[in-house]
Amino acid sequence: MRNLLRINQREVIAILVLAVLLTLYLATHPTGPNTYVITIWANQCLILGLAAIAQFFAVIVRGIDLSVGAVMALTNCVASYLVIGSGFDMTLGIVVVLGVGIACGLVNGALVVFGRIQPIVATLATASLFVGLALLLRPTPGGQIDYDLADAFTLDVFGLPTALIIAAMVIGLFWVPLRRTGLGLGLYAVGSSEHAAFQSGMPVPVIRLSSFALGGLFAGLAGLYFSFVTTTGDAGIGPNYTLNSIAAVVLGGVALRGGVGTLTGALAGAFILKTIGSLMFFSGLPPLAQPFIEGLILASAIAIGGAGVLRVKNRLEVFGK
Amino acid sequence: MSRSEHPIVRLCGVSKTYGATHALSDVDFSCFGGEIHAVLGENGAGKSTLMKLVSGVIQPTSGSIEVDNTITRLKGPADAISRGLVCMFQELSLVPDLSVRENLMLGAVGSGLGRLDTGVVQRAQNTLAQIDGGGIGMRTRVADLTLAERQQVEIAKALTRDPKLLILDEATSALNASVVEKVFRLIREERDRGVGVLFISHRFHEIETLADRVSIFRNGTHVETFDNGAYDYGAIISKMVGQRIDDLFPAKPSTAPDAEEVLRLDGFGWANSLKDVSIVLRKGQITGLGGLDGQGQGDVLQGLFGLLKGTEGRCIVAGTPVSITHPKQAKNPKLGIALVPEDRKTEGLILDQSIARNLELAALGTDGINASDPAIYQPFLDALELKCDSLDQPVTELSGGNQQKVALTKWLALGPRCMLLADPTRGIDVKTKTQIYALLRRLADSGVAILLVSTDYEELIHLCDETHIFYQGRVARHLTGRDVTAEAIIGASLNIPSSAETSEVANA
Repeated sequence: MRNLLRINQREVIAILVLAVLLTLYLATHPTGPNTYVITIWANQCLILGLAAIAQFFAVIVRGIDLSVGAVMALTNCVASYLVIGSGFDMTLGIVVVLGVGIACGLVNGALVVFGRIQPIVATLATASLFVGLALLLRPTPGGQIDYDLADAFTLDVFGLPTALIIAAMVIGLFWVPLRRTGLGLGLYAVGSSEHAAFQSGMPVPVIRLSSFALGGLFAGLAGLYFSFVTTTGDAGIGPNYTLNSIAAVVLGGVALRGGVGTLTGALAGAFILKTIGSLMFFSGLPPLAQPFIEGLILASAIAIGGAGVLRVKNRLEVFGK
Repeated sequence: MSRSEHPIVRLCGVSKTYGATHALSDVDFSCFGGEIHAVLGENGAGKSTLMKLVSGVIQPTSGSIEVDNTITRLKGPADAISRGLVCMFQELSLVPDLSVRENLMLGAVGSGLGRLDTGVVQRAQNTLAQIDGGGIGMRTRVADLTLAERQQVEIAKALTRDPKLLILDEATSALNASVVEKVFRLIREERDRGVGVLFISHRFHEIETLADRVSIFRNGTHVETFDNGAYDYGAIISKMVGQRIDDLFPAKPSTAPDAEEVLRLDGFGWANSLKDVSIVLRKGQITGLGGLDGQGQGDVLQGLFGLLKGTEGRCIVAGTPVSITHPKQAKNPKLGIALVPEDRKTEGLILDQSIARNLELAALGTDGINASDPAIYQPFLDALELKCDSLDQPVTELSGGNQQKVALTKWLALGPRCMLLADPTRGIDVKTKTQIYALLRRLADSGVAILLVSTDYEELIHLCDETHIFYQGRVARHLTGRDVTAEAIIGASLNIPSSAETSEVANA
């Protein structure tokens, strides 16, 4: 058990921090803790959480995805046309929305794997491409999502926010099983040492492509969930989510050099980041000072994560030997 | 020894070129099941290229490879592994951020990208237990293992893949003699079950004890294959280098036990790894540090070079007590300490940078030395006969031996008073070894004190003037003169006092 805690140290810290922040938030919220407040909070957190998972899949294979927000915008705009009407129409619509997400991820992956373009450059380019498409679809915000469906995903089940149930399902039904497959292991192997992964007989290109496709899928899910929360389509939502998704994975203990971190950590990081924002909103701080304080908190959180360096007895270990 | 009727792998007229460089030219080579086949050659002779071809990492430029009598194109390591051609690479193929357990499952036969097979972990643990690796925690990150432990894991990982042909490329270079013996027993068991083994090592005594047949490569061509024992050392070495090298080691001058002290450590300690270590380095002497891996020898070098925080005890350089807290302080001409680290690829060199840039690194920021003056490096490059197209060539294009020459020269140019060397000849060919030995002896003769950590006990015997054997962070024994024998070194490494028992343990 202690060993388990030690191995998942970063995640444990992230979840503890989140618990403290959430308690603080609920305690200071003007209306006090109630299902409504928690549901709104959970919905906002889950949108960023799904975006952070998308980012996680790029970062874990030693990449970075600057198109997370753009894919969200595009899928959000697609959803605002298709996720309405009969049950069949909506189901088909959701499938198309997620298909668009995966396709975007595959484009990124193909550029990186076959085009041999660095992820940061490839996704910078495709980000403009995807936002461009989104703008063609929705020059101005508009469209509509089926209200009943949106409610089903954004309210609560017996007082428990649906968003939290979804987050738990992503971890329990998707991440835990994935981690027990060769693909799940391969993601880490490719990110940590591509060379060693190749020599161990792993299909490196397939793994990298799959990772970007999974990233696309989760960016699509983030866009879809954003649609459920706002019930409209808006091509301008991207930039904020891209940067915050990177901050979230870092907060959640995912190393930007690849190969270290978990999906759970990325999700926790997103929840922390969003909770800090919400705390600030009700804190009475002057609104103009809020970005400064938020940045300060982010920087110190990351610094605490790196504090292990001070305990190092062999100077070479500072360099991650 | 029952050799299989048909070769498992056969190379017919295989060549491999990289641009203008011929790594292998027109090689015919076969290896059979039930046989341990050693491949010998200098670095750059084409051994590693041969291994990479057989394990599917690279494809031949021309010629064909037959696996089980059918011409086969090996598409990649995965393809080779599925055909039973399993390689344990010199450049370790373990993923540093994953646990031992996960590394064992990575790419295991039959699992691919689907469900992981946890059965291999148990099998690998059984193997590890047989080669003194039973203490390696399955959930430990590979990055936290010592080099030797990583090699043990590599061996276990390779064996879990049910090889028909097991390729071992410098598989035991970081392991000490008693573990090597256990690994060899395992390899012999595999051979007796009909597995073919391709074995590369630069340690002659290992090849002599293990191999059934020996093939010699030189400059990318296959020189000769013969049964082990057909030629003596001298003849084999001359086949390898194309010229005869009579002696691996330079002659030792008569020792001057009361030569001037250069550096003295008194009760040196660090954390839980080093306790009460006292060593005296004298002008003109080569002092060896031996023992099992990770007993603290390496920490002594790092501590002297200012890499460790919180060391205890006294350190006296040229009669003045000093406290060394940073490499910059250590390399300052006032102290004049240089460290050539164990892992030249990650610690000794910046591989993507040119030779010239790498040479400047140590001299930069050192008082009284003009780092950009090529003249300060040239004498050492000449003495070591560095083989390169130009000094602007990236270091990564050099062979292992030539890389080590760059790493050595970088420090020699500072004219250190005391050289610390961590296993400088690990994985290096015989010719380069003799060059390095000769250079070290010449340096010693010119008054430099040399402290050498070595895993090869022949170096401790033939090169060093005196030797300290470490056991669990302490000096278990201090050997000088005629006392420095293989038996004494192995005995002291295992912390066994009497010499009668040691030979049994060494053979066990």
